[in-house]
Formats: sequence, C-alpha cells, structure tokens
Amino acid sequence: MAFDRHTHLDRVDLLVPGMTCAGCMSKVERCLSSCAGVAAARANLSAHTVSAEIDPERTDPEALVTALSSAGYDARPYDPSLHGMSAGEKIGRGLLLRIGVAGFAAMNVMILSISVWSGAEGSTRDLLHWISGLIALPAVVYAGQPFFQSAFKALTARRLNMDVPISLAVILAAANSVAETLRSGPQAYFDAAVMLLFFLLIGRYLEHRTRASARSAAAELMAMTGRTALRVLPDGAREIVAINALQTGMTVEIAPGERIPADGTLISGQTEIDRSLITGESLPELAAVGAEVHAGMLNLTGAVQLRVTATSDDTLLAEIARMVDAAERGRGRLDRLADRAARVYVPVVHLLAATAFVGWYAAQGDAHAALQIAVAVLIVTCPCALALAVPTVHTIASARLFKQGIFLKDGSELERLANVDMVVFDKTGTLTSAEPDLVEAPEAHDPAWPAAAALAAASRHPLSRTIAREAKHLGITPAPVTKLVEHPGFGVEGELEGQTVRLGRTGWASDTDGPGVALSFADKIAHFHFGETLRHNAQETCDELAERGLDLAILSGDQAGAVRSVANATGIETAKAAMLPADKLAWLEARRSEGRRVLMVGDGLNDSPALAAAHCSISPASASDVAKTAAGFVFTSDGLGAVADAHAVARLARRRMLQSFGIAAVYNAIAIPMAMAGLITPLIAACAMSGSSILVILNALRLRGRS
Amino acid sequence: MTVLGALIPVSLFLGGLGLAAFIWCLKSRQFDDLEGDQHRALFRDTVEHSKNQE
Repeated sequence: MAFDRHTHLDRVDLLVPGMTCAGCMSKVERCLSSCAGVAAARANLSAHTVSAEIDPERTDPEALVTALSSAGYDARPYDPSLHGMSAGEKIGRGLLLRIGVAGFAAMNVMILSISVWSGAEGSTRDLLHWISGLIALPAVVYAGQPFFQSAFKALTARRLNMDVPISLAVILAAANSVAETLRSGPQAYFDAAVMLLFFLLIGRYLEHRTRASARSAAAELMAMTGRTALRVLPDGAREIVAINALQTGMTVEIAPGERIPADGTLISGQTEIDRSLITGESLPELAAVGAEVHAGMLNLTGAVQLRVTATSDDTLLAEIARMVDAAERGRGRLDRLADRAARVYVPVVHLLAATAFVGWYAAQGDAHAALQIAVAVLIVTCPCALALAVPTVHTIASARLFKQGIFLKDGSELERLANVDMVVFDKTGTLTSAEPDLVEAPEAHDPAWPAAAALAAASRHPLSRTIAREAKHLGITPAPVTKLVEHPGFGVEGELEGQTVRLGRTGWASDTDGPGVALSFADKIAHFHFGETLRHNAQETCDELAERGLDLAILSGDQAGAVRSVANATGIETAKAAMLPADKLAWLEARRSEGRRVLMVGDGLNDSPALAAAHCSISPASASDVAKTAAGFVFTSDGLGAVADAHAVARLARRRMLQSFGIAAVYNAIAIPMAMAGLITPLIAACAMSGSSILVILNALRLRGRS
Repeated sequence: MTVLGALIPVSLFLGGLGLAAFIWCLKSRQFDDLEGDQHRALFRDTVEHSKNQE
C-alpha cells in the first residue's frame, strides 16, 4: 500500500456522533487507516469528526462509512464549510490569538507598571509610560475587537449589553492614560486596560467552547438529509435519484430496512411500517396498497412501491422540523441571567461615573481631576468578575456533566434546568426501554429455540429482533431453516427438515388466537410474550424528582392502556395518551401560559417540537437525531438517573453563579465608593480587578466536586 | 536607571518569543482538539507513522 508523492489525494470529512471517548477515537482512526486507499486519518474528539486523506481512484466516502459502520460507528460525510463548523473553529482560533496578544501585553505592561509603582519619577516614569502605551495601545485595538464590535452592534440596535461598559472602560482607560502620559501625569491605566481584556477574552473563549458542541449537533441533523431514493421509471427501469430531485407523482421503490424518502401512497406490495418516528407507537403497523406513509418512517418487512404525494419541504418530516425551529426561536426570547444582570448594572454604573464627574467638578472646578475620577469609577466597575462568573461556571459544570455521560448543548440550558418546576416524560424509549422485552419464553434448552432463532433472524420486526437477541444471549445455534419467507403483518415462514415452521402472530402460527408471538414447529407450539420494561432507575428517578418538589407527568403517543401501566409503575399521576406531536406542543404551551417551567424528557421525532418548546429538555443518546438536536441535554447512560443528576448539577451551578454575582456585588460595594471618593490609584485598581476575577474563577472551580 | 535601557528590550524580546511560539502552535492547529489530544499522548500511534513510511 504505497502512496507516492504524486498520488492525488482527496480530503473526506465524516461526522461520527458515537465517537465520545479516547478509545473510540483510536479505534476510528485505526479502522479508517486500515482501509484500502486511505493515506491518513485523524479524528477530532471534541467535534466528533474525522478527516481522512483518500486516493479517489481506490476508495470513496461511502466505503469509509461502510467500514466504520462495521466497526460499530455510525458515520456520515459532511461538508465542514457548509455547516458553519469551520467558521466556528476560525472564531475559536481568533479568540485564542487575541488572548495570546492580550496576555503578552498584560505581562509586559505589568512589569513596567511595577517599576512605576515602586517609585519611578520624572522622566523615567514618562519613559515607562510611553513604552507601556506603545505596547498597550495596539494590543487594546486588536484584542478588544470582539467587545467593541458587539457593543457597537448592541448600541445601533438601541440595546445595552455587557460589552458596552467593557468597551467604554477599556477605551476611556486607554485614552485617558495617553492624555496623562502627554502631560507627564502620574496616573496611567495601561495595565488595567490590557489586563481587563485578557481576563474578559478568557471568559469569551470559554463561552465559545461550550457553544461549539451545539453547532456540531445541528450539523449532525443537516447531514441526515441528502440521501438517495430508487425511482421506478414508467418503462419499469430503476434509477437512483437524490431525494431532493423527487417530484410528486413519481414512483419510488423502497426495500425492507430503508427509510421512506417522501410522503406518499402505497401502490404495490405489503409491508409493516415503523411509524415511531412520527407517532411514538412502539409496534409497527401493517401497510397495504392505498396506505398513507410519511417520509422518515422505516419500512420493515416487505418491498413496496410508493407514489409520491409530497416531497422534501412539504413532507410531514419537514413540517416537524419547522415546528422545532419555530419553537426554538420562541424560546430564544427567554432571558439569560447575565443579560438580566447587565441591564440593571450598566445604567447604574454609568450614572455613578457621571455623578462622580459632576460632583467633583462642582466641588473643585477642576475638569481634569474630575474626569480622572470618573474614569477610575468606570475602570473599577468594569464587569470583569460579572462577565467571568457565567462562562467559568458553565464550563466547569459541563465538564462535570460530561464525566457523568451527559452532554450539554448550551450553557444557558443549565440556567433553565436549574429553575424547572415540572418534569414531563415521554413513555416509549424514555421511561421504558426502546425495545420490547421478552417476559415469557420457552426454557433455554427447549427445542423451540433453534428454530425460533433462525426464523427471527430473517425479520426486521422489533419482536423478531428481540427474540433473535435473546437467542444470541442464550448462546443458541440457529437451526438450518430454508425457504424463509416473510409475510408482512403475520410473521416468518420457513422449512425445517421437510416441515413448515412459522414464527409470528399467534392466530397465524397456531390455530388458536391469542396475545404475543407463537412458534409452530414439528406439530408443537411455543409461545413468546412481550412487555415493556421500565428503563433502569426510572422509578428511583421519578421518586427523587418528586421529592425535590417537581410535578411529574407523562405525555405519550401510545395507547391509553400501555401508558396507564407505566404511570402506575412510576407513581406518576398525570398521564396523557395518544398525543400527536402537535398535541404535546399545545399541552406544553398551555403549561407555559400558566407560568410553569417544564423540563421535557423525550426521545422520538414526535417529541422534538415539545423538546424544543419546553423550558428545558433532555434526550437519551438512543433518541432520534432530530430529538437529540432539539434537546438541550443528551445523556448516554442506560438508566434514567442522569435526569436527576443533571438537575442536581444545574442547581449547584446556579448557586455558584449567584455566589459569584454576590462576590462581584461585594467588590463593587467597596470599590465604587472608594473610586468616587477619589481614593483609587492604578495600583489599587489593578489589584482589585484581578483579585475579584480570581475569586470568581476559584468559586466556579469548587463545582468540580470530588472525583 | 540605565539598566532599564537593557532590561526593557530583553523582557520585551522574551515575551515576544513566547507570543511567537503561541501563534505558531495556534497556526499548526494544536488547539483544535484539546479533548482528543490529551488522550493521544497515551496512545502508541503506530498507525499513521507506519503508513507514511511505507
């Protein structure tokens, strides 16, 4: 396998959402590197992506996806420039560069400032101020860009944000210091200006990093589309077309195991359709000619042909995506804690600085001295600690959640989760395991098992797959069943030692009707019964959440009976059955208008609008991609305990954040009167600012907990 | 105070050296995947190297 320098290599980028640990990373890289035609592969664990250099003549992206999926990782090709991921990386690198420049300037200016504070006078002090200025001014202009731009944007939109006082303090400090240097004065604040920027940029970078994960989740959703469909031409020939090239009236063929590409009506064939994506219904439904099916549903058992009635943007799937989008935008209006603080803080601080100026000018008549004091007020009140309080807590809380297998989409989700007062669960796949469980089956040594294993392996029906999995678990070797035929809606039939064997609906496989699945072989009948089992920890989690004073409810698309039994098992009193996605959304809207803050826990596509609309939302990792993208948190653990854990960490994070605001308030309560009294010197300002910032960071670090 | 004439350029040069090294790290994409790279140090990365040597 040689790659000489002249081979033309293509770069392929793949999203691998399941790559979440260091072991996965090396496995993915090794798997790709051992593929023919791959020159090199490098994974990025933070972004869940891998990029490979391939020889386009010897392999293609599809081959890499296949190789990864046989190694157990779902992968999808994506275009990094398309999903804003490379733009995000660029912003992150830009912020780091600015941190570097500000850090360099802060250190050097601080060395010079210490010489000034330790008693340099006259021309030496002027020289030191000049050099400080030459370092600090370019650094302020360059490193301050993100704040200046954001402040300018806010002001032109007639709003106030945290960046307005930051920009004002930095610019005034720099300008005032230049004026002071020109007239050989003693008070230059160059060190304060660059140090402020250094601390604030660190906060800004942390914020950017927590948000980067949200972007990759959105990219994963977009990568879902863009597959192909098999079109049947009028003359009977087959042609592969892109899904977005489908038009109404076209006929497409869908093989078993494929997702339906567009909304339409079945015109030939018979199959079972897994509608769980839309309805959340756990068991598949029989679909014959004339049945309406929707894009995104899974065709399970038979090949069918479909006449397309709605494509891409008009499908039910697209409509749900729009509902998710609209719900998410509606939620964006909710205030973040820091913004609320800024709206009170900013006018007060500016008013105080103005008062100081007017007061001193009236008292002494010296405009220059009065301005000095006003600038000192602005510098010491620059919301450095306030701006650091939120991103540091978010970063450390999300790192702690990450260790527990919980992924956070955006820092503000933590704030929302902390103040929920009601938890709403979806049933199937959330409170219960996603797949049905065998509750009654033949003994392990029963002769029924080998035949059942062989028949079950031939079908994609969820009940068959459960039997096949259980057989594998019991270590059963499938019997040599031949002539396997699947009868959609009934079961699987085959031939074993010259006799017909059937696994399927009780009334079909045996003579008597009844619940569950029956196996008929060699004149004997064996029965399999299924039930839903609660997710691990489901009951404890519900008890714990109820104990914390939260109201619990179930919203399910499933039938009333199934919902009732789960509600009884978990002790949840409010339980709604047969809810469509729009019903769930309406129910949540009604709770919101009552002033409730709801945490939605769900996994299906049918939950996605509700997940996006709820005050806060959590999905298990087994959820559909759309649900995971709509949810604020995703947990990978098997049990439901992660919901209670996440809630506990969110409450703790909120407490730390409020404490940090408290520290900032105490600091201001001392610093502002001092500054207004004209007692603040550049030395005191530098100590106070860095002191309060470090206190806030240390307070956030306490959140890490004992490991 | 003449010593300042020597010390200030020296400190600026050393600081500049650090800044240049940082910018070099950034440009060579060493900060792109902090999560992955902290584990990467522990792997025997035979895969990529053996490939390149072939």
